Amino acid sequence: MSSALIYLTLIAYFGATALWLGFFLAQRENFCRGGVWLLGLGLVFNTLVLIFLTWTVGYLPVATFGQTLLVSAWALVAAFLFLYWRFPIKVLGALTAPLAALMVSGTLLLAPGHGVVSPALKSLWLTVHIILALLGNAALTLAFLAGIFYLVQERQLKNKNFGFFYRRLPSLEQLDALNYWCLTIGFPLLTGGIITGSLYAQHTLGSFWQWDPKEILTLLAWLIYAVLLHERLTVGWRGRRAALLAICGFVVLLAAFVGANLWFSSFHNFASFLKQP
Amino acid sequence: MNLVLLGLNHKTAPVALREKLGGLLTDLGAAYQELQSHPELLELVLYSTCNRVEGLCATEDPEKAIGRMRAFFSNFPEVTPGELDKSLYLHRDREAVNHLFRVAASLDSLVVGEPQILGQIKEAYRQAADSRATGPILNRLLHKTFSVAKRVRRETGIGDHAVSISYAAVTLGRKIFGDLAGKTAVLVGAGEMGELALEHLKSDGVGRIIIANRTLERGLQLAQRFGGEAVSLEELAGQLLLADIIISSTGSSHYLLTRDQVKGVMRKRKHKPLFFIDIAVPRDLDPAINEIDNVYLYNIDDLKEVVEFNWQRRHQEAAKAERLVAEETLKFLEWLETLAVYPTIISLKEKADRICEAELKKTLGHLRNLSPEQHQALEVLTHSIVSKLLHDPIIFLKRQHQPSRPHRELDLVRRLFNLDPDRNGELTEEE
Repeated sequence: MSSALIYLTLIAYFGATALWLGFFLAQRENFCRGGVWLLGLGLVFNTLVLIFLTWTVGYLPVATFGQTLLVSAWALVAAFLFLYWRFPIKVLGALTAPLAALMVSGTLLLAPGHGVVSPALKSLWLTVHIILALLGNAALTLAFLAGIFYLVQERQLKNKNFGFFYRRLPSLEQLDALNYWCLTIGFPLLTGGIITGSLYAQHTLGSFWQWDPKEILTLLAWLIYAVLLHERLTVGWRGRRAALLAICGFVVLLAAFVGANLWFSSFHNFASFLKQP
Repeated sequence: MNLVLLGLNHKTAPVALREKLGGLLTDLGAAYQELQSHPELLELVLYSTCNRVEGLCATEDPEKAIGRMRAFFSNFPEVTPGELDKSLYLHRDREAVNHLFRVAASLDSLVVGEPQILGQIKEAYRQAADSRATGPILNRLLHKTFSVAKRVRRETGIGDHAVSISYAAVTLGRKIFGDLAGKTAVLVGAGEMGELALEHLKSDGVGRIIIANRTLERGLQLAQRFGGEAVSLEELAGQLLLADIIISSTGSSHYLLTRDQVKGVMRKRKHKPLFFIDIAVPRDLDPAINEIDNVYLYNIDDLKEVVEFNWQRRHQEAAKAERLVAEETLKFLEWLETLAVYPTIISLKEKADRICEAELKKTLGHLRNLSPEQHQALEVLTHSIVSKLLHDPIIFLKRQHQPSRPHRELDLVRRLFNLDPDRNGELTEEE
């Protein structure tokens, strides 16, 4: 049941990817409209899988990296569709849809871990911590994608290169506003994730801060975003510098999300969620 | 039914001749009245723009119609027949439809893709319809023309790419600011190109306009024209704080603004983007200004490159549009061909009615003592037998009619029912 739903999600996301890339190349309006619908359909399937998994195992499925990717894909698509409703910047879909499709592919490719799930995952606090962090990640991923588009379009305009990308990408002002908007949503979510996490750590481990690699990297990313937000609000930083900083922040965040699990031992490590019997 | 299009355009006729003919066609009402008095011109539309004068007619007798139209054009005493003959082109049927579609889609224009031509043809059609010069064929053709032109505009990028320097500046501005509404534009120095660019910016919604000119008087004049404010050239650096778009076209021999001047102001502007357009030669603005973050500087050569590039794009899109037009032309011709079946259907019905009447008369002559009801029943019976019998051949004509072999079915039916008694011999000869 759940794997059938995952495949449906995957098909919808890949279909949306094809439509959106088609839109990017051919600039046909109906491709983009189809892409939105298909992405929405994928989100419905994705939501159903998550509900189904949570229902059967009794906790949000984040015990393995693969499962977490499924939740992350859900957060990314949800954030994108919400953003699209307020800020219809179409080209963003051409990066979001393939990213979501790859994440769900990751879920299928990575070995489903077996073992006894750490009871910590069943805690409501921890679930809130994870959802906030992943939604924050999703919004900041979109800020990162907007930043990339900004840099590309800015290069076209500075170098007076009016070709393929110049025609397809929206105006600098729109891309910058998109970056800012995603930041103002993603930053509070990330902050909330950190706070709930540290409160939970105080409750269970007896201290707010563990100097865990994932914590350190996340704090670093948080600081980068804090500087960016501060400079944007006070000095009026924008454009290229803001885009670059958003990209930096995202790279650190990615390292925290992926790297901390692969390279360092940490209590955030997925391996620690599943005790081999 | 045939279509004939006669006309001349910017490629075939010098402007003097186009002017003369265009001027003579100003009184279209009279022209239609004169032309409609000739029965061979069944339906007619005339249109003239600064680049073309053309007449399109639907006729059953194309040779006579062509002669009539030609005579109409050369009848003007101001036009010498020699120069007219050299310039006139003639398109028939498929070419006529294709030509009209191309004209309306702006593929035959001097500036390919310019948007005015469609409106001009619409207006010409309205006048023709008002003069009752059009009929079912041209009405359908012209409406099809409008939808083809719109389809071309929608599905190809033929009108998308700015092909004038001043308009190219506006499209660049849109890629930087997204929306120009509420932005402030400064024109430095007066000059035709700068004013043209300002005109485009204004129609694109630029909020505030400031003119900085060496002579304040000329500046005030321009400010009045554009509904803006005038400042002196010395105040230019101060205006940088408020401006978003700066168009410079002075005759100054040195740079009006340097990199450091602009860089100094950026922090105070909170790094809001600045867009400089330098259309002066020698240049007014330090090229190094382009290196500053959030500042974009374009000089005349950059803009020329945009225009050049856009011309190429437009021609590529035009090729796409030509394919679309060819496709639509075929569709229209298919419809036109189906019209050809109606005379046959009518003569088929007429023949059947004649037979009915004759046979009824004969039979009723024999039967004397019929009540009116019986009389009527007999009539109904005859007619319904005939119309049921004809139903299938008529459907066959309407449905089976294939444009690839336009006259085959038609001929078959005409021969089968012997609708052309004088052609009787053919049947036996061929068999």
